[in-house]
Amino acid sequence: MAASETTAPAARGPTRERAANYLLERHRFGWAEALPWVIAIAAFFVFPDRMTFGSQVLIMIMFALSLDLILGYAGIVTLGHAAFFGVGAYTVGLAAARLQWTEPISGLFAAAIAAGIVGFISGWFLLRYRGLTLLMLTLATAILLQETGNLRSDISGGYDGLPGLTFKPLLGIFDYDLYGHTYYLYALAALAVVFFFVRRVVYSPFGQALTGIRENVRRMHAIGSPVHWRLVTVYTIAAAIAGVAGALFTQTNAYVTLTVFDFDNSAKVMVMLILGGTGRLYGAFVGAAVYMVLEDYFSKLSPTFWQFGIGLVLVLTVLFAPRGLLGLFEKAGEYFTERKRS
Amino acid sequence: MIAALQVEGLNRAFGALPVTRDVNLMRERGARRALIGPNGAGKTTLVNLITGVLRPQSGRVLLDGNDITGTSQAERARRGLARTFQINQLFRGLTVIENLCMTIGERDGHCNNLWRSAGSRRAVIDEALDHLDSLRLTDDALKLVRELPYGRQRLVEIAIALAQKPRVLLLDEPAAGVPSSESHLILDVVAALDPDIAVLIIEHDMDVVFRFAKEITVLVQGAVFTQGTPNEIMNNEQVRAVYLGQEGHHGGRQGMHHG
Repeated sequence: MAASETTAPAARGPTRERAANYLLERHRFGWAEALPWVIAIAAFFVFPDRMTFGSQVLIMIMFALSLDLILGYAGIVTLGHAAFFGVGAYTVGLAAARLQWTEPISGLFAAAIAAGIVGFISGWFLLRYRGLTLLMLTLATAILLQETGNLRSDISGGYDGLPGLTFKPLLGIFDYDLYGHTYYLYALAALAVVFFFVRRVVYSPFGQALTGIRENVRRMHAIGSPVHWRLVTVYTIAAAIAGVAGALFTQTNAYVTLTVFDFDNSAKVMVMLILGGTGRLYGAFVGAAVYMVLEDYFSKLSPTFWQFGIGLVLVLTVLFAPRGLLGLFEKAGEYFTERKRS
Repeated sequence: MIAALQVEGLNRAFGALPVTRDVNLMRERGARRALIGPNGAGKTTLVNLITGVLRPQSGRVLLDGNDITGTSQAERARRGLARTFQINQLFRGLTVIENLCMTIGERDGHCNNLWRSAGSRRAVIDEALDHLDSLRLTDDALKLVRELPYGRQRLVEIAIALAQKPRVLLLDEPAAGVPSSESHLILDVVAALDPDIAVLIIEHDMDVVFRFAKEITVLVQGAVFTQGTPNEIMNNEQVRAVYLGQEGHHGGRQGMHHG
């Protein structure tokens, strides 16, 4: 890289060079990072009849990824993240049902902007608070939006929602098939774009500042960081991404109801993220995928008691893998490399 | 000449309890001053008022002649006012080098950038390593802060403040909680600070104070009791009575150490 600009680092000792290299290399792509995408594409060929379910998994990964930005990186605890998912879902839903705006890709952008605006405004007010106060206020935001929708059920369709939405073919070419093949690839492409963006942000100096706020906000103030501004920025970004996930949800299901704003939805995405591991990008992938597959499996096993299975897995994770499943994998990996070395 | 830091008629009370009473201070460029006083004299409160953690009820704080009384803590930091905390305030879950890179990134405004990788700025990394070198922390660069013994963490606390390249530096008991076997390192660092930085050190340890400071301000019950050179303070009967006198003599480490 730019090593020639300064004194050769090797001349100043190997520890120094090792430390520099760690930071210089950290943001580079590793081979293992191809794994989730290989799996996603393999799933397309292995389970061609489960692609509707597959797109739901991809959507939840995106939703969990947006939560990871604010919860895992910036340390913002929220129980109302479904608010932005819902705004995105209703943006494309209302646009299709009321304005006959059914072009899918522009719908995603519209959803991102709408959810981003809601995120910016609510974040500007709420992010002065922390802890339990913030928890309650984010929860209240989602409920307020839900009740606003309920109040104007003439527009939103209320709890009956907006059923039977149709969208234009993708790029004007690819129409939607019964098995959801198009939707799956569409959602996968959207997730790839969003993921690349999130990854850039996380490894940027801005992303580092977010971890600083999470680790010690008093110190951030003392080194001159505009903490509130940083938090509002990342909250807006996360809201926009959650909005895109919500928009995909509406488009792939061809309907939307006010239940997208439910507390359940906010809690579920948080459970997924904790299950996979917070603050580590791929935790959202592992958590959402494992949760959705387990939910699918358990609900077939026992349609009434499936939540028991999910609850059990979550309790075991929190007890034995406090850093999530991904943290557990990493620990196992470290253990085996240690053993190999000795 | 404009003072690097000036405090005028500062007042602050917590409820009915006045903790800062009409404090006036002047710190010229390159000053080496100590602030001492018995427990509860309001030393840390004064630091919090100067750095903007607390707002005064009346009075002004000026940095290089500019009134900063109404500005935020972060704004003051950006204008060159740095501090260390009495109890470490570090990014404990991050590596030592990241603690430094973060500070440099915020200082130079890199942290407004969402797109360029932090690791692509070689100059920031090199500067962070230089700071670690000068505090003999390079070997710990890749360790998480929370894995370090407290004395080493204390050095990181100071390294962060220095990486801010401040013009005024407030050190709130830099050697507190550090075993004496390691505190000499901290004292060396403090003694070797850039002569252009105005330094105000708050310290219980009289060895540190008398070794470091050219002038000493004594704070008692929130008000400035007296100011003077270390010799004047040592020989001031009243100071000895209210502060040093409890054990009959001055200069001894144990005698002054109120903990």
